[in-house]
Amino acid sequence: MNMRLSYGMGFILLFIPCSLLVAFTHYPALKALLNSFWNNGSSFRPSRFVGLDNYETLLEDDKLMQVLINSFIYAIGTVPLAIALAIGMALLVNSKLPATGLMRLSFFLPTMLPMVAVANIWLFFYAPGIGLASQLLNAVGLPSINFLGSTDTSLVSMMVVAVWKEAGLFMIFYLAALQSIPTNLKDAARLEGAGSVRIFFTVVMPLLRPTTIFVAVNALINAFRLVDHIVVMTRGGPSNSSSLLLYYIYEVTFGFRDFAYGATLTVLMVVILGILAAFQFWVLDRKAHYQ
Amino acid sequence: MKTQLKTALPLVMGAAMSMTAPMAQAADLEFYFPVGVNAPAVATIEQLTNAWAAQNPQHTVKAVYAGNYEETTTKALTAAQAGDPPAVAVLLAIDIFTLIEEDVIMPISDIATSPEEQAWIDSFYEGFMVDTRFDGKVYSIPFQRSTPVFYYNKDAWRAAGLDPEVTPATWDEMVEMGKKLTVKDDNGNVTQWGTRIPNLGLAGAWLFGGLVKSKGDVLSTDTGTEARFDTEAAKASLEFMQRLADEEVMAPGGITWGDTPKAFLEGQAASIWTSTGNLAFINENAEFDWGVGFLPGGDGPGAPVGGGNFYIFKDITDEEQAAALDFIKFMTTPENQAIWSMATGYVAPSQAAWDTPQMQAYAAELPQALVALDQMPHAYREFATFQRARVTQFLVDAIEGVITGETDASAALAEAQEKADDILGEYR
Repeated sequence: MNMRLSYGMGFILLFIPCSLLVAFTHYPALKALLNSFWNNGSSFRPSRFVGLDNYETLLEDDKLMQVLINSFIYAIGTVPLAIALAIGMALLVNSKLPATGLMRLSFFLPTMLPMVAVANIWLFFYAPGIGLASQLLNAVGLPSINFLGSTDTSLVSMMVVAVWKEAGLFMIFYLAALQSIPTNLKDAARLEGAGSVRIFFTVVMPLLRPTTIFVAVNALINAFRLVDHIVVMTRGGPSNSSSLLLYYIYEVTFGFRDFAYGATLTVLMVVILGILAAFQFWVLDRKAHYQ
Repeated sequence: MKTQLKTALPLVMGAAMSMTAPMAQAADLEFYFPVGVNAPAVATIEQLTNAWAAQNPQHTVKAVYAGNYEETTTKALTAAQAGDPPAVAVLLAIDIFTLIEEDVIMPISDIATSPEEQAWIDSFYEGFMVDTRFDGKVYSIPFQRSTPVFYYNKDAWRAAGLDPEVTPATWDEMVEMGKKLTVKDDNGNVTQWGTRIPNLGLAGAWLFGGLVKSKGDVLSTDTGTEARFDTEAAKASLEFMQRLADEEVMAPGGITWGDTPKAFLEGQAASIWTSTGNLAFINENAEFDWGVGFLPGGDGPGAPVGGGNFYIFKDITDEEQAAALDFIKFMTTPENQAIWSMATGYVAPSQAAWDTPQMQAYAAELPQALVALDQMPHAYREFATFQRARVTQFLVDAIEGVITGETDASAALAEAQEKADDILGEYR
């Protein structure tokens, strides 16, 4: 079994994944960095080297400020909420209640749907006057809310969609983690006289910490990475109130066809994500308890 | 402009063109098209495309549905820059400046040079040809052209004690009639709004162009380098929209384009301002008596013209170019314009199409279709400049800022003007 792989073979096996990684991750990232030092060219005006001009624009960009604040609120809002909901659902389907199979299916269903389909469903829920949300509000005598057409509610409406879509996936991770916790730990705690709440917070939660870190990293990445629903539902509006960083990059790059500034914004996003990932792995990881 | 073109020539010529002799050389055409309305558009495009392919067995054509207008433009530009452009595409008429700047399209007047072909280009209504020209050349051929009209629910009109044959002609009349049309339930919640003007995003900016036109100004000129946001007309238009919300004629805040026909059909809005492209959809689904009128105007009627044209791309073989031109000629014969117009509600862009027996019968059966045609002399091209997407976004931000109450009209328009001048200054 322990056949020694020749260097040639090893090289070939390494070459394939490495070339994919270089072609689709490292080269584009480097290219974006280089592009950010040039201005946007067209057949009328050839592209020229402008140094840090694009970064100066970045600092003066009011819209970017708003988009960053939106992204921050979006991440702060969706990540903990999705995690809390996922733990709650995992506890529910891990219990000895009847019909847990059906519950697991229905909690997981939103995750299986493509985001564009989810967005279209919610578009119908939110439609003022004719949508489900409006009809429910009207049934109890409340006026319709213009969820997507008001600057006060558009971002929150997007966050609800994201949490609804994401929580099911995270539930699966928590369910697996819950089932791997040995029952003798809980039995021992119970013998010592601990109640279920105490057991959950002092026995179960610490054992779930590696899962929580994993899920938190993924949720945070998704908060920046998933903007399909924005494209379908609000296109960042009204008045940029639901625009997120990645959507803004898409708008600038492919809508306005300003590839140079798009590249500059991409560099900013890579830096932000890099800092977040470093913090999560180095700071939180040290506090995690692995068996 | 209508009478001027009312000759028999385009009709005869169009019929002759559909029988163009097959080319000797084979070509594989790739054809990108968008869909922006609730209509069986894809099926009709495929039906027409297959008919052309059947007449030209030496060629093949692949019709690619590429999403909405924006997505289709993005895809076509990306493909062109990667060196593999589609031969022909239907893209927004106002994308002409972007496509010229990116140097990816070919002036159709440079390849359609024979006298018959010149006559074919001249056969379209002038109102639709304005935004096909740049620097004395014709770059595109009108195809799925639309203009918004005022759809109204005659039953709601009757219930409010209004004459169901009279639509508001002015903004004041709109407000006055709209107040009677807004209906509330016992809890004081509105169940039916007087009117509905989509005001979010690009569709909002499109309709806004019509409001400005009706106050006697325009948002952009045909140079492609001038944006006119900070004007009295634009300010009055924004204030009109505010007034509709303040007087409870229209729902406050942002109003989406996509839900508008549905809101009309469900009785949530007694009248809507939307594209003629929705005629077929509303005709099929309305369960009440409905009519169509001119958009109410500030100082007189006014409307924007929108929609897509055929473009031919550069960097394709001569055979593909010739086949692409032939394909466009086929798609715009009066008969095929009629088929397309009847299936979707788009305004057939030439008099010859309106003169076909099919179209005459259609207009007799659905007289609403003629309103858009009559409104055409009061219509003006949609906002178009170089860097259109970016400059339009300034206008969109201004409109959305005002309707959501974030800022006031004067400040928003002045800011949009300043940003637009910054960008367009480079092109003057």
